[in-house]
Amino acid sequence: MKVKEVVEICQGTLLTPDVDLDVDIKGGFSGDLMSDVLASVQAEAVLITGLCNPQVVRTALIADIKLIIFGRGKKPGEDIINLAIEENLPIAYSPLGLYEIAGRLTKAGLPSYEMEMNLFPRD
Amino acid sequence: MSDQATLSDNDAGKITRVEELGYELRISQVMTTNVVTFSPDLSMLEALDLIQKNRISGAPVTLNGEVVGIISTEDLIRALRDGRIDRKVSDYMSRGLITAKATDKVVEALKVFQKKNVGRLPILDENHKLVGLLTKGDITNGLLTALQRDYQAEELIRYRASHLFEDIESDRTSLILRYRIIKDDFLHGGAASNHIKKALHRLGASRQVARKCGIAVYEAEMNLIIHTTNGGFLRVEVEPHKITMEAYDDGPGIDDVEKALTPGYSTATEEVRNKGFGAGMGLVNIRSCVDEMTIKSSKESGTNLYMIMYLDKSQ
Repeated sequence: MKVKEVVEICQGTLLTPDVDLDVDIKGGFSGDLMSDVLASVQAEAVLITGLCNPQVVRTALIADIKLIIFGRGKKPGEDIINLAIEENLPIAYSPLGLYEIAGRLTKAGLPSYEMEMNLFPRD
Repeated sequence: MSDQATLSDNDAGKITRVEELGYELRISQVMTTNVVTFSPDLSMLEALDLIQKNRISGAPVTLNGEVVGIISTEDLIRALRDGRIDRKVSDYMSRGLITAKATDKVVEALKVFQKKNVGRLPILDENHKLVGLLTKGDITNGLLTALQRDYQAEELIRYRASHLFEDIESDRTSLILRYRIIKDDFLHGGAASNHIKKALHRLGASRQVARKCGIAVYEAEMNLIIHTTNGGFLRVEVEPHKITMEAYDDGPGIDDVEKALTPGYSTATEEVRNKGFGAGMGLVNIRSCVDEMTIKSSKESGTNLYMIMYLDKSQ
């Protein structure tokens, strides 16, 4: 599923103009605690979160997340938006709750990209 | 910058991207700024010495910061031929001055070089003070630099960085990155780790390795921000076969290391949790990402966290 489709499905407002909206999103993950995100998200997912600070962007970059949806109508501040633009990471905010967003995306066919514990099988 | 590798005006006219750059770049971006200048009272012999010493082919003549003339090797030759090398610079300098503004586009300077028979242009600021000198060679170098930047800059850097270790011969080569992490600096929290992740990527680490190391140092970085008395340091040593990451601080030490390694166990305050941290997964995450993790902690000397990632050839 493309970035633009994900944003559309969760009634999101894109905050980063000029980013590539055709990037492929392979799955979804929801969480408010950044260590939980790092512990169990697979790469190339959308992160749906109720947390709204610059660490969300930095966490996403570390975890190779390709899109952030800030749920519950939380509109990120300029600092967050600017960091995302600088790092070329699309971010959007949605009036919907996290459960609702996850539900809609799942229904639209986007799989969960949450790993069950325990993590990172040796490859 | 020297006059080497000069692109002729003819050639430049045929290369459209170069022309484009001529309209994009400002003179201030390509000019030489450390300009050797002469006083009008200097003797031609002294000027000759300075020109030889500085390996230049000419220089502006200034009086109180204002350009009053320009001296080139041509003028020196004339003085020598006249047998009057002891005369003043002001007697031999060219006075019909052609200058350009630092804020002008490079293309304007190119036009001047094409029309007038000058080798160098004194560059002035808005107050007519000398701020630089421009030769065709400077323009060529500036354009080439800009072209290079254009040309998949990131790939170039990555290629160079990833070959760093192959290019250097020593018994043991390593690259060390150090970051100071400030207590309670949530604003920049994770910035160092993102720099580290990018550096590893550039150095040729696979996505998977860069991501795992990124997660490990991110957790360590946030621990320094959240749990230390005075912040601490991150140190990453990159070697061809392994990456050693280290986080150290001077206190207050971890009370019970075993407990700290329990998933979900956290001593973080409500305030920290509200910022999205304190999930009690930090050290657990680190341990699952790296090949080796060691913690040494005491109330006296603080905490040292070592994390090692071994690389095989394919990574």
